[in-house]
Amino acid sequence: MMPFVPLLVILPLGAAFCVVAMAQVNWMRRLTAPLAIAAVLANLVISAMLLGFGDIRFFVGGWGPESAIGIELVCDGLSKLMAVTINLVALVAFVFAVPYMRRFTKVWLFDSLLLLMIGAMNGVVLAGDLFNLFVFLEIAAIASYALVAFGCEAEELEAAFKYMVLGTVGSAFILLGVTIIYSLTGQLNMAMVHSLLGKVGPGGPAVLLAAALLLSGLALKAAMVPFHAWLPDAHPSAPAPISAMLSGVLIKASGVYVMARIVFNVLGASDRLAVILMAMGTLSMLIGVLLAVGQWDIKRLLAYHSISQMGYVVLAIGAAAQVASRPSPDMALAGLCLFGGLFHLFNHAMFKSLLFLSSGSIEQQTGTRELKKMGGLARRMKVTSFCCRVGALSISGVPPFNGFFSKLIIIVALVLAGHEVLAALAVFVALVTLISFIKVQRYALEGAAADDRAANAVEAPVLMQAAMVVLAVICIVSGLAIVPLGEHVLGPAADALLGAGRLLSTGGAP
Amino acid sequence: MSTGIYILAFAVLLAGLYAIVAKKNIVKIIVGLLAVDYALNLMLVLVGYRTGGTPPILVEGQTPAKLAAAAVDPLPQAMVLTSIVIGLGLTALMVALGIRLYERYGTFDTNRIRRLRG
Repeated sequence: MMPFVPLLVILPLGAAFCVVAMAQVNWMRRLTAPLAIAAVLANLVISAMLLGFGDIRFFVGGWGPESAIGIELVCDGLSKLMAVTINLVALVAFVFAVPYMRRFTKVWLFDSLLLLMIGAMNGVVLAGDLFNLFVFLEIAAIASYALVAFGCEAEELEAAFKYMVLGTVGSAFILLGVTIIYSLTGQLNMAMVHSLLGKVGPGGPAVLLAAALLLSGLALKAAMVPFHAWLPDAHPSAPAPISAMLSGVLIKASGVYVMARIVFNVLGASDRLAVILMAMGTLSMLIGVLLAVGQWDIKRLLAYHSISQMGYVVLAIGAAAQVASRPSPDMALAGLCLFGGLFHLFNHAMFKSLLFLSSGSIEQQTGTRELKKMGGLARRMKVTSFCCRVGALSISGVPPFNGFFSKLIIIVALVLAGHEVLAALAVFVALVTLISFIKVQRYALEGAAADDRAANAVEAPVLMQAAMVVLAVICIVSGLAIVPLGEHVLGPAADALLGAGRLLSTGGAP
Repeated sequence: MSTGIYILAFAVLLAGLYAIVAKKNIVKIIVGLLAVDYALNLMLVLVGYRTGGTPPILVEGQTPAKLAAAAVDPLPQAMVLTSIVIGLGLTALMVALGIRLYERYGTFDTNRIRRLRG
């Protein structure tokens, strides 16, 4: 099983280069999309197969575990959860993109960039040492800057430039944090850094500076308030499959996942870090949803909701870190917080991608993103509006969809951990989310058509419908299948974070 | 000397950050980002520096242990090479975006490149 782990990174990267080569030959240009879909499908199959095996450590280039400077790919429970999420959303986005991208020229550029982004995100979740994490983060980020600007219209370029400047500053902070950690410990391997930092002392000023820089850079990647300014411009301006990928996977894989990894497995969960995470999470939850409710552009509304839902996940992770750092830690409670947070992360990938894809379908068929110009789409675009409704109900936390279960677990875990006020705020935010999606339903799907084009809208092409239906089915099923999901996927993921040092310890038996 | 150089590199970083935050011209923002990149690469190399150290190349007749004791740390140098290439890609993309923005908006002034609000 071990040789399959680097394939998760190699397949999309290799396919990206093959796509660029193939595009130079006229008759091969039409094959780029099938090649890309084949690569991502293979990725999804491999990551699904990897779920069944235990923790895997792969040493690139044949360097063994004895050497301290080899590149290590670590595939533990959390990596597997993220890999499945990334590859699933990527496959659906690619299938959706086949008819959607017909309005653009040079679609092979899009295929190649998106494959680069997918390969890099797989690399981020598999990376076992800090510098490779940074490199893959940068590959994914650069690909996403180019993808946001893909249409080359004025607003897309402005959004991409703003995103690029802020994203580069965030990456600069991350690199500076990694530099300081390297100068303190002389190691880049995450497990070794963890054990060496334990000796240096987690409270020293250098470690605090490194932690602050890393958390700021990662909060910028994850679009936490107050680092969120790029997201409401970048996500709506991107083409719909890219919005789904950005909101559905990139802010998670390169933001929240790396934050959780670094707080739990590198720096060690401490009360200080936990309070910062919880504060950022709460602020993001509240401000995201309050800013979202007043939006009239459907994609901008969804983008603000991404900020808010990521706030839920970061709040849950922070609560878990706080519980785990108490003098007598209740590991079961920390595990419950993490379970809720990671389940919400998976669920958000599913329903946010679904919502962005359905908004893309609506935009393509009605030609507008303004809610006030749509209307009555439930009668004319049945599949799209059904999927949109499923997504809206999931994000609002209505049973039996998946959002309900993950939000319930987060709220219950917060109450058990002693943060009743935060739990009440989470319930309030869920209510305001419901309100804003009732608004979306009322203006987009119900009511009378406000515009000529909206009045004559027909259903989207079959591939787009298929992509949305797949995600909608997953939204419905993953809520009901919470017990087997929890046992086989989320439980090992939470263990990977909490049992810090258990797997990632180098040398000797785990 | 060593603390002085670190402070200097950090000063370049802060100058770059100031340019990104305070300047209104897109080209100046790009130059600020470049300054941040350079400062980071410089600091990364400085971390591996050893006063009076030799280049990390094994000369004839030298044992690895002697090399490890006398040479500067090669790992940050490898990291900096990667970082420089990443900076190259970022610079190319930023300048391309800047050129396209000028074509669309007719100006480099960020006060006028402001169609997205709210």
